[in-house]
Amino acid sequence: MHLLYPAVLAALLFCVGVYGVLARRNAVLLLMSVELMLNAVNLNLIAFDAWLRDALHAGQALTLFAITVAAAEIGLGLAIVLLVFRTRGTADVDRITALGDRAAEVPAQPTEPAADPAPKGQAVS
Amino acid sequence: MNIALIALVPALPALGAAATLATGRRAPGWTKPLAVLPVLTAAVLALVVAVQLGTGRTLDAATRLTPTGGPDISLAVHLDGYTSLISVLVGLVACCVQIYSTAYLKTDPRYPSYAALVSLFTAAMLLVVYSGDLVVLLVGWEVMGICSYFLIGHHWETADARSASLKAFLVTKLGDVPFLFGIFVLAADAHSFRITQVLGAAGHGQLHHPTLAALLLLAGVAGKSAQFPLHTWLPDAMAGPTPVSALIHAATMVAAGIYLVARLLPVFLLSGAALVVLAVIAAVTMIGSALAALAQDDIKRVLAYSTVGQLGYMAGALASGDRQAAVFHLVSHGAFKALLFLSAGVLIHAAHTNSLTAMSGLPGLRARVPDARWTLGIGLVALVGLPPFAGFFSKEAVLTAAEKAAAGAALTNGVGPASAVPTAAGWIVLLAGSLTALLTAVYATRLWLLAFPAKAIARRGGTAPEPGAPYSPELDEADPGQAEPAAMRWPLWVLAVPAIGFGVAGLNPDWLPALLDGGSLRPSANTWVIGTGLAVAGVLVCWATWRTVSTRSGAAADPGRALLGRLFGPARQGFGLDRLYSLLFVRPALGAAALVRFLDREVVEGYVQGSGGAARLLGWLVRRSQSGNAQTYLSALLAASVLIAVFVAVGA
Amino acid sequence: MTGFLLAAAGPLDAAPRGFLSPTGVEIVFVLVGLAVLGAAVVSVTTRQLVHAALWLVVALGGLAVEFLLLTAEFVAWVQVLIYLGSVVVLVLFGLMLTRAPIGRSPDADSKNRWVALGVALAAAATLVTLVVDAFRTSWIDLGAGGGSTAVTGASLFRHWVLPFEALSVLLLAALVGAIVISRTGSGKAKPRPGKLTTRQER
Repeated sequence: MHLLYPAVLAALLFCVGVYGVLARRNAVLLLMSVELMLNAVNLNLIAFDAWLRDALHAGQALTLFAITVAAAEIGLGLAIVLLVFRTRGTADVDRITALGDRAAEVPAQPTEPAADPAPKGQAVS
Repeated sequence: MNIALIALVPALPALGAAATLATGRRAPGWTKPLAVLPVLTAAVLALVVAVQLGTGRTLDAATRLTPTGGPDISLAVHLDGYTSLISVLVGLVACCVQIYSTAYLKTDPRYPSYAALVSLFTAAMLLVVYSGDLVVLLVGWEVMGICSYFLIGHHWETADARSASLKAFLVTKLGDVPFLFGIFVLAADAHSFRITQVLGAAGHGQLHHPTLAALLLLAGVAGKSAQFPLHTWLPDAMAGPTPVSALIHAATMVAAGIYLVARLLPVFLLSGAALVVLAVIAAVTMIGSALAALAQDDIKRVLAYSTVGQLGYMAGALASGDRQAAVFHLVSHGAFKALLFLSAGVLIHAAHTNSLTAMSGLPGLRARVPDARWTLGIGLVALVGLPPFAGFFSKEAVLTAAEKAAAGAALTNGVGPASAVPTAAGWIVLLAGSLTALLTAVYATRLWLLAFPAKAIARRGGTAPEPGAPYSPELDEADPGQAEPAAMRWPLWVLAVPAIGFGVAGLNPDWLPALLDGGSLRPSANTWVIGTGLAVAGVLVCWATWRTVSTRSGAAADPGRALLGRLFGPARQGFGLDRLYSLLFVRPALGAAALVRFLDREVVEGYVQGSGGAARLLGWLVRRSQSGNAQTYLSALLAASVLIAVFVAVGA
Repeated sequence: MTGFLLAAAGPLDAAPRGFLSPTGVEIVFVLVGLAVLGAAVVSVTTRQLVHAALWLVVALGGLAVEFLLLTAEFVAWVQVLIYLGSVVVLVLFGLMLTRAPIGRSPDADSKNRWVALGVALAAAATLVTLVVDAFRTSWIDLGAGGGSTAVTGASLFRHWVLPFEALSVLLLAALVGAIVISRTGSGKAKPRPGKLTTRQER
């Protein structure tokens, strides 16, 4: 089997994950996109392990570790998202801008509730 | 002789000025004694110094404060007959002015600063007189300039006074810059700023650029002594209080220029060209100012133009090589011009107007101010130069000097060779002086006739004052029912004595000439007849014209208008010289200022604002990027890493 | 570098292997790969949040099949267990706990999406170009049993024990951390980062 197939698939999958991380609004969907990126890396590891015929099977071992770390990551990430949601009433990453510049933010502040109609009615927690 | 005594003469008024300024606000009661006493003491000390020095002796003393680069600058005094004479004159006039001012500016809230400045002015003039060093002399010269600026601008509430003070300052400064360079040229040739050494170098022919130095000095002299073409500040300076006018015109500022040329006359005698230039300046000044005086309505402006003309006489005498005659005329003019100004001040004080036309319409003015009327008359006769008043002898001395110079035998009295004076200078001065004698008589008579019209005509009512007639707003509105205070009257009589009798001092070679250079101040028969004849003719012409015009019109009329004819308009405006200057210098300067302002506002400030705006824009952009949105940050991060990867891949 | 990798890949077969004559495994791999890619794309673009999670299941499951095709059996089953079994369930819980709307939500994508698209496409182009350039002629010689449970377990516990144990500690720490972070009702003053204006007292 050509190495190109898994390699190209991994690259594309990774880029889809990048798009998801950059474009998604909901923090949980963001985490899902991160999982996609991690899996793309896993695919690469497996493919190169098979190609190199590594005696130690470092690729597969590392894949297992990556899966474990990903599980831990998603657990911690979701905990953080939940905490943010409880304190802020929202899980939208583009509304969590407390580290942004104040003056740029102030004019946007009063218009936000008006521009944010019913669909995301979870503003009150 | 005690040097400290000499040093006290200029120092006392300066200290008095400082004390007056210091206490003026807190203790107004001290102002008058502090203003009068130091000046009085200085005058007495000046007299003592003069008596101690005696005649025919000179005294030089110098102390070097600190070594300087180039020629040394030393605190030097030089005393001789000229110094004695002029210092006594300055002291006398300053005393009279200070005493007169106590009454004239009695209710002025700014009297303390005024008195202090008058004292400082006196001190500066005394410093100029006593100084034996050109740079120290320049210090006094410039202090006078700034004092005149403040004093002329005393009524700074009025636009006239403000512009007049600025004008006086700028015009005199215009002359002072060449003056400074003239001093440098002299010092460069003589290797010293000491006047005695400069004159010594002149005597030994060590001055290599006498014409250049003399012409540069002449510019400063023309500025300070109000000679054409820098005379225009003096008539405008009438916006100052009348005592200041008396002080400036009689003894101090305008005399400084003449005094300086008299001191440095050996330098001028080295350059025939400079003497001819001086003669031409003097001639133009004399005739032009006399014509202008004939057309003025403001009594103080008439007197100002007459001062300019008399200074022209002095400059003419100097151009003829006779500094004795110049200083003689300077002193007698100082006496009678101070008298004229102070009595005119009384007149203005009583009439509440400067306008001669308005005065001619005031009935009872002659009865109201008898002292002023008499002293004004004395002063005018002295000005016209009828014997035996002071002005007669001094003016005849000038004319005689000019006649001798025209004949090729200038009365240099040993200062230089008689052949050093070009005959052309003598002729110019002689002709212009004779013509001016006639014109002086005419305008003096006109002044008298307009100020005190004969009863018959005054009763018929004068013409109404012209619209826009000048009026100097003295704050002391005197009660018309009362005579002027004594402090305003008796200085007039004090000054009237020298105005009448000073002229005889020149008759005997043992009296005034012995104090000065020796030689003779006796008028020669030719000029005696010509000068007096012309003066009498002028008086008669004016009186006859006035008689005719008044009879025809039925009221007090201005004879100047009839006599000058078409020249009247230009003469009243000072022959449009101000307008010419405004066209030549003021407008371009204002235009340049507007250009600079435009460049500053639009171009330079544009850059400044642009840099500020650019920084602000940049800040706005950077601020926009700091949205706090993690996704944006991440996008930029990833995009940048992709770019880096591409660059590395392509580069490798 | 390519040369080194080629040398490391062992002796190459003499017969030329072209892209135009795919083997059966390759065809299956490509087909499943397309399915994975499609599911992933739908997962990151759909407006229905719960559907996104379900499409993620498809994508991850497809990847497990790919692992199988690459002879990594054990990893494939771990993938199914961990990802499909726990991670996706966690994600679904997360969606529910954050009250994600059921149905289409019009603002699932932030305003950043066009920038994101540009960055993703650029990254994809760069990566694919590089990968194709580097591994155009590389060939994987798939031997059966390379990733069986026995082999993987042996290598894991023979060569990778220490990292394995360290990883268990990491997992424990993550577990404790997740509990501490998401714990509610301690009542003590908690750090409350964020905007003062939208802070709500609970």
